[in-house]
Amino acid sequence: MNQGVETAGLYVRDQDEALAFYVEKVGFRVHTDVRNGDYRWLTVQHPEEPLFQLGLFKPGPPMLDAATAQAVQAIVAKGAMPPLVLAVADCRAAYERMRAAGVEFTQEPTERYGAVDASFRDPSGNGWKMIGRSSH
Amino acid sequence: MQSPAVLRSLLRAKDRMDAASHEEWSVQRLAEVSGISQAHFARSFKQAFGIPPHRYLLTRRIERATALLRDTDLPITEIAFQTGWQSLGTFGRIFRDITGESPSESRVRMRATARGLEQVPGCYLGAAQRPDLTTAVLEKRRRAAPGINRSHP
Repeated sequence: MNQGVETAGLYVRDQDEALAFYVEKVGFRVHTDVRNGDYRWLTVQHPEEPLFQLGLFKPGPPMLDAATAQAVQAIVAKGAMPPLVLAVADCRAAYERMRAAGVEFTQEPTERYGAVDASFRDPSGNGWKMIGRSSH
Repeated sequence: MQSPAVLRSLLRAKDRMDAASHEEWSVQRLAEVSGISQAHFARSFKQAFGIPPHRYLLTRRIERATALLRDTDLPITEIAFQTGWQSLGTFGRIFRDITGESPSESRVRMRATARGLEQVPGCYLGAAQRPDLTTAVLEKRRRAAPGINRSHP
């Protein structure tokens, strides 16, 4: 078997909105989307990364009480969650495609240290750095 | 507590300052970006991020100037203008007030100590070196010079 990190999750304010964002705008695909009552386990996956799932979780019951969920939502909305880094072949091309799709970029593609990087946020406030890994 | 929707809007104003800290960011402009009234903006921003918007902008400018001092050979005058200051004198004074050293001293010291940081994405590296401006710049200057401006008893 393969060992290692299989799933890591983000907190999002609305799972339908997050699903549309990560699938239609960023280019991930749905891996798992199952419900149990009000609880919804939703993960997406990068098409080139079959061993890793990115969870899109809404803070709330039964895991979190209402006050804690509200606090978590506030932290996400303030952009205070930890860094996320997306590797792409061509940062400028990905930027053009995603921006046309309506992604909110917070930094245009910038060349530094021999690579090109840009920044965007998901609707909830999670911040991504997108780095072009190819050298051109 | 501020609602997530308001916080997300305030984050947009913060993001815009991050993206262009060399530009002028009036409360009016920031309020427009976030869709929050001018009357409430500064207080809401401080409540959300713990620092007034104009002071946040200063930390970003100093952070950027610090990176340019470390990573480029640009003249200090050029760095001052690129990071949003109207005059070299103001830049030098505020830089020293915040960091405790002049831009040229900072450049010499950082170049002597930096290396091995290539594995950290540049923006996070920059953020780690952002000055922590918990007090106003003027207050900091006043504390550093206890003989001057001592409050009248």
